[in-house]
Amino acid sequence: MAAKPKLCYFRGRGRMESIRWLLAAAGVEFEEEFIETREQYEKLQKDGRLLFGQVPLVEMDGMVLTQTKAILSYLAAKYDLYGKDLKERVRVDMYADGTLDLMMMIALAAFKTPGEKEENLALVVKKAKTCYFPAFEKILKDHGEDFLVGNKFSWADVQLLEAILMVEELDASVLSDFPLLKVVCEQPHKAQEAMNRDKDFSKICLQAFKTRISSIPTIKKFLQPGSQRKLPPDSHYVKTVRKVLQL
Amino acid sequence: MAGKPRLHYFNTRGRMESIRWLLAAAGVEFEEKLIQTPEDLEKLKNDGSLMFQQVPMVEIDGMKLVQSRAILNYIAAKHNLYGKDIKERALIDMYIEGVADLIEMIMYLPMTPRDEKDAKITQIKDRTINRYLPAFEKVLKSHGQDYLVGNKLSRADIHLVELLYYVEEVDPSLLANFPLLKALKTRISNLPTVKKFLQPGSARKPLLDEKAIEEARKVFKF
Repeated sequence: MAAKPKLCYFRGRGRMESIRWLLAAAGVEFEEEFIETREQYEKLQKDGRLLFGQVPLVEMDGMVLTQTKAILSYLAAKYDLYGKDLKERVRVDMYADGTLDLMMMIALAAFKTPGEKEENLALVVKKAKTCYFPAFEKILKDHGEDFLVGNKFSWADVQLLEAILMVEELDASVLSDFPLLKVVCEQPHKAQEAMNRDKDFSKICLQAFKTRISSIPTIKKFLQPGSQRKLPPDSHYVKTVRKVLQL
Repeated sequence: MAGKPRLHYFNTRGRMESIRWLLAAAGVEFEEKLIQTPEDLEKLKNDGSLMFQQVPMVEIDGMKLVQSRAILNYIAAKHNLYGKDIKERALIDMYIEGVADLIEMIMYLPMTPRDEKDAKITQIKDRTINRYLPAFEKVLKSHGQDYLVGNKLSRADIHLVELLYYVEEVDPSLLANFPLLKALKTRISNLPTVKKFLQPGSARKPLLDEKAIEEARKVFKF
């Protein structure tokens, strides 16, 4: 029986959270070792397990993997969440990369000065509303399918949900600005018109996507309290990381 | 017959240069539509050609691809430069992410404020000789083969050699204590497709000097 993947990182989201999400979505149980002291970190570096002296680190299938994107791509391919061919895979990559960029901005903002942090997070919400989420809404609307790529659940769907939830933590109204949804919410008398125009309206907006993906059993489980999902970065997390990495 | 891939970017290295290197190394001819004014960029955005309103964008095989990593992954897989299975691919990905991190630091050096530049150069040199180059030298030493992964040319070799050229531009002495990397650089540079790309007149973009950046700043207002 194969050993469970072992994750090594700080006790927080950072660059490891998307990996936790993907493993959870694929229904894969995993173990975690949390870095709390500088000594632990130096030991890891001396051990030679960190190719470039950095975490995240994931040990699985006899490999010692670092670099978030390398790990995510491996998991996506292994658990058949990467599309069925090269053309589907490039779409999954495009969408996953875009959402990862957005989430990294949030993760890094935690380490800025209070003023800069506010500014950066406001920019993230703005980018989500004006650039990223509209792009995904259009994709879903154009093909009218339940999932972003190839009418099948993929890594792209997991990351988009993760990104939506993360941005909602910053601004709970972020999905309500979408045109289709706006018509329904603000002008209910026009709702029927909108729904007639877009037959599968209820299936295709981001709000519906969020509900749908959240209901997938593995994801539902991960969203329960007590799962390995981590909390947003707080001052204790920032302090720990700063101490360990000597930032 | 499929058309040539068409690259949309500024007339600089930036986030497109690794794509130029990989296409060239794979022997793929490509066209470039250079963005030279803010209007050029606006047009692309308004066309709906840019999924996240950003470049690089590459038109290839009937698709308009964005996100440099996605584009590189596609090209590498299509041209058999991505290892033989998912484990080799994981190794390749791990190596190239490290390469990309250092390339990014070097690429954005010209954009660093003048008073921070010296500190940044010191950091780049430190990371180069203490973090990145030793890691790759060790990989080559561990198996004694001509290529980083699977005893076969892959994108990892191409991206690493691209990086070594940039390291040389920062300071040639940085490569002094890495004989296996120097040998890899020579070996890859001698591949016919790469040799051609290294000639003057190819699509390879030069190092941006301060004057060129000032110009770009004026045109694009950043």
